[in-house]
Amino acid sequence: MDLLNLFIKSIFIDNMIFAYFLGMCSYLAVSKTVKTASGLGIAVVFVLIITVPVNFLLETYILKPGALVWLGQEYANIDLSFLSFIMFIAVIASMVQLVEMIVERFAPALYSQLGIFLPLIAVNCAILGGSLFMQQKNFANITESFVYGLGSGIGWLLAIVAIAAIREKVSYSNIPAPLRGIGITFIITGLMAIAFMSFGGIKL
Amino acid sequence: MAEKEALFSQKNRRLVFDPLNDDNPITVQVLGICSALAITVQLKPAIVMALGVMFVVVASNVIVSLIRNMIPSRIRIIVQLVIVAGLVILVDLILKAYLYDVSKELSVFVGLIITNCIIMGRLEAFALANGPWKSFLDGVGNAGGYAIILIVVAFFRELLGSGKLFGYEVLGHKGKTLMESTGLYHYGYENNGFMLLPPMALIALGILIWLQRSKNRKLIEA
Repeated sequence: MDLLNLFIKSIFIDNMIFAYFLGMCSYLAVSKTVKTASGLGIAVVFVLIITVPVNFLLETYILKPGALVWLGQEYANIDLSFLSFIMFIAVIASMVQLVEMIVERFAPALYSQLGIFLPLIAVNCAILGGSLFMQQKNFANITESFVYGLGSGIGWLLAIVAIAAIREKVSYSNIPAPLRGIGITFIITGLMAIAFMSFGGIKL
Repeated sequence: MAEKEALFSQKNRRLVFDPLNDDNPITVQVLGICSALAITVQLKPAIVMALGVMFVVVASNVIVSLIRNMIPSRIRIIVQLVIVAGLVILVDLILKAYLYDVSKELSVFVGLIITNCIIMGRLEAFALANGPWKSFLDGVGNAGGYAIILIVVAFFRELLGSGKLFGYEVLGHKGKTLMESTGLYHYGYENNGFMLLPPMALIALGILIWLQRSKNRKLIEA
């Protein structure tokens, strides 16, 4: 598969938020201002481009049916795929911890900006979703999984920054009281999703 | 030593019934949206999903509240994730064994129960600070609130989108021509295919929140 094709597709057509609703919790909770939204978005891209390739390696060399064949012929029949959830989430939790430590050591400015969001990313559905979709899509090599991680991360960043910008404007308008806050955010997201659907027909 | 509370005291009953409306996990606490939207195209997977989530929430709430004093607080997130992931693997294997078609339809969303914010939210906010029985009730209440929303959204999406409920054609059968069709279709009714697409799930939930808040004015955000 062409890498550029995969990249564009994972940003616009298979957008994490608008097509699969992944990471909605933090998407709704942290989209009040553009500044915090972009901080969280960058952190998500960061974690996705690390966890998706790592989980790809895990999947190819340990979890897939027959993946253990590199240990020797007698392991060829072992199927560990039922363990994939627990392995993926363990990788994600530890990677998030690792990323947090690295960022704290080498980029303290970014660290203080991301603040509380980094540890929270471990339970962001978009991260686990990225790994699970990677497993479903059967990527051929690690580059493809990296590009997929990068693309879906950027798609998520795009979505959360866009909704945050709209919410900043919407807070000045006169909305029916029961619809204020979450209600109107859902409806706006729905309309944005309709707009994103128009990318669906694009053949690259 | 605190006085022993009755099993279904006023307070305990509130734990179950509050999340159904006033403190609904989806519409008020805004947790667990991902799965609520993605799998509500039809009623059957929605109900299966709700049951799966109920099992995981209740079981993980009870387990975590039983061992809450043994978990060092620094690594509690990982401990909780491992417990939840174990339970979700159980659900996944059971679904694959007994409800294979539904399990195929839910695809990655079974795995995503692990990161369903309702579960982590309740573990963090409730199970870590309360006893097993209370945590059990809290789990039942929150999963119930989640299930209600899922079922309502799925009901409308399946009815308006494909004219079916649980896969049965309740609005009549749509044939090739008007004369061959029965029920509402005979009079020129058309399904709104748009209801089946992702954006309508968001808009439907938005409208649901609107309705709930106009009935229940104390939930209105300033």
